[in-house]
Amino acid sequence: MDKKMITIYIDDKPYQVAAGQTVMQAADKVGFRIPRLCYHPKLSIEGACRVCIVELEGARNFIASCAYPVADGMKIRTNTPELRSARRDIVELILDNHPMDCHTCERDSNCELQRLAYSMGIRKRHFEGEMKHYEKDVSGVAVIRDPNKCILCGRCVRMCSEIQKTSVLGYAHRGFKTVVMPAYNMPFRDSSCTACGQCINVCPTAAFLEKDYTQELFKKLNDKSILKVAQCAPSVRAAIGEAFNIEPGRTMEKQLAAAIRRLGFDYVFDTQFSADLTIMEEANEFLERLQGKGKLPMITSCSSAWMKCLEQYHPDLIDHISTCKSPMSMQSAMVKTYFADKIKRDPKEILSVAFMFCTAKKYEAARPELEVNGMRATDLVITTRELAWMIKSAGIDFLAIKGEEFDHPLGLSSGAGTIFGTTGGVMEAAIRTAYELATGETLLDIEIGAVRGLQGIKEGKVVMDGKEIRVAVAHGLGNAAELLDIARKDPNRYHFIEIMGCPGGCVGGGGQPYANSNSIPLDEECLMKRAEALYTLDRNKTIRRSHENPDIQRLYKEFLGRPGSPASHKLLHTHYKQHFPVGIIPESLKQQKPAEPANK
Amino acid sequence: MADTVVKTADPKMAELRKFMAEQKKTQYNDEASLIAILHKAQDLYGYLSVEAMDEVAVTMKIPTAHIWGVATFYHYFCLTPKGKYVISVCLGTACYVKGADEIMSKIKDELKIKVGETTPDKLFTLQEARCLGACGIAPVMMINDKIYGTLTPKKVTEILNNYRKQG
Repeated sequence: MDKKMITIYIDDKPYQVAAGQTVMQAADKVGFRIPRLCYHPKLSIEGACRVCIVELEGARNFIASCAYPVADGMKIRTNTPELRSARRDIVELILDNHPMDCHTCERDSNCELQRLAYSMGIRKRHFEGEMKHYEKDVSGVAVIRDPNKCILCGRCVRMCSEIQKTSVLGYAHRGFKTVVMPAYNMPFRDSSCTACGQCINVCPTAAFLEKDYTQELFKKLNDKSILKVAQCAPSVRAAIGEAFNIEPGRTMEKQLAAAIRRLGFDYVFDTQFSADLTIMEEANEFLERLQGKGKLPMITSCSSAWMKCLEQYHPDLIDHISTCKSPMSMQSAMVKTYFADKIKRDPKEILSVAFMFCTAKKYEAARPELEVNGMRATDLVITTRELAWMIKSAGIDFLAIKGEEFDHPLGLSSGAGTIFGTTGGVMEAAIRTAYELATGETLLDIEIGAVRGLQGIKEGKVVMDGKEIRVAVAHGLGNAAELLDIARKDPNRYHFIEIMGCPGGCVGGGGQPYANSNSIPLDEECLMKRAEALYTLDRNKTIRRSHENPDIQRLYKEFLGRPGSPASHKLLHTHYKQHFPVGIIPESLKQQKPAEPANK
Repeated sequence: MADTVVKTADPKMAELRKFMAEQKKTQYNDEASLIAILHKAQDLYGYLSVEAMDEVAVTMKIPTAHIWGVATFYHYFCLTPKGKYVISVCLGTACYVKGADEIMSKIKDELKIKVGETTPDKLFTLQEARCLGACGIAPVMMINDKIYGTLTPKKVTEILNNYRKQG
């Protein structure tokens, strides 16, 4: 990097800035926040929206500050009347082809376009022209697409191809008729979409949303004939506060348990309990594989988007995937068997609802192979965003509510279960337990720094019983593809790989609260704070290893036997198979070697 | 093996694969030859089928969404099978002055399709053209490679009927 300092003039004042950056980046650092829309620091420069234009002395036209490099002595103006007027017109022209339905829109008061229009001072509309009219795609179980709300900033396209490297979304057609869509205008249900929901996170408007199940849930919560059982994932508590304007990083664990109970649930359990259960099964499976029963490296299977991605793009690795279900599905399986037995209730009368950070969990819940005794295990999946809305809509004062505990017997968790929500957490939790199972000794230094943090691919090692165990962690499907290529080339390099589909792990899931007005979607600092919140919860717990959780011990004693027992295999494990989205791969290739991930 | 039978059973696909293999050798990256490959596929099949685009995606390792983007961006690419006879009606200035719009609406009436569409019996596809370079005999239309000039609505009906008889 060129560290040379140069002088640029912004609004007639000189500033020393580093060479080799864009005008926008330089201006950001010296306190000018130039308005922007299609720009995202993690994504490539698109320069599509032209909202970030500034005046450059000597240039014929306004320049897009997101793309223009700084040069010594350049004179920039950011707020002249001509510029303000041009910028305003640009935003108004975007608005012109946008449905004027803010008050009934899912993203009302949380929309970047709305904020931008307000800050541009658009109080009166000058233009009126043709508007696009397209069908909404509501075919998917997790993500819905509304092209009418799309302003073609392309953030979703770049997210999908650059960060997730799944390239499900692309621009189709041209000019006024341009639409962002999956290949062949395929409905989402049939497309290769992994349901990770990152398009929702980066979308400035409501062109992408999760499929909303809140109305259905409100209805069912009033049904006296069924028993309503909830579970709540670790990452939800680390982020839901943000939906109530609390700074990122404050956990709302007890408030959540209380609020969910007030919504009308009979039992509020903690997904962290079954995160502990997952660790028991996964650590056991790993040790079995280490002894030669199964393929190494073993790859984790908790992330639903990753599961779909694996089945579509990496089918050659299916034998490496842990057969363990995700914590959500394990929890639901226990709710409909163990818990139903305990309270002597017909599992058919139990409504099992999962509050998740994730859109792909909605897809996972609908996977037929996860059914338990012919019943759907997880009946409804509600995202953090939906839950926050439900709490507000039900008139629950979330910030004033008195905290409550989760219910027994599926509500007690160790610190290991808590850190599942962040990248590296599953690995760290698994090592804590596997180490002890393998060596009979307690791992004393249990905070494994090598697998923490937001680096795309992390590597670490532990010595277990004199043997070096090499582990790797990737978050985001793009990093995952990269890590798997390393593992393919060097099959003995790792013993254990953790993969999470979303940047930052579940804390950055596709169902987490939208970035607020002073933040950007998937801001690293925010992800770090959410992760730190979980690490703090872990640190403050006395029980920090899954196998020390007394309720887990009881569950094995009373019901499952031991990890890897036939009962465990029936209820807690699953299988994967190669999956072709309809029409994506030619018939003739289906029996052949699996298709490589179609990456750019 | 069953799949090899399927593969060789379609000589057009075999030719497309051969073309892609050549492109891979000559181009510095796979995406650089995408448009040339799609042209080839359209030459072979008359349009871009989902199967052909999938094949290109898998062989060239280009995301299907990206191929779909290119295929829908350029008007030259056709995404539905064309009819046996492709009618291009010239709407260039000279033809227009000589009544090309009447010719066009006559054809639309006769075939009951719009521009860009194909008749349900897959016999005719209707297109518009800008200039066919035959302004001296305007208004003109071209059916496959044959030019028909000094058209009148009556003449159009006769011509179409002839093609219908041929089937």
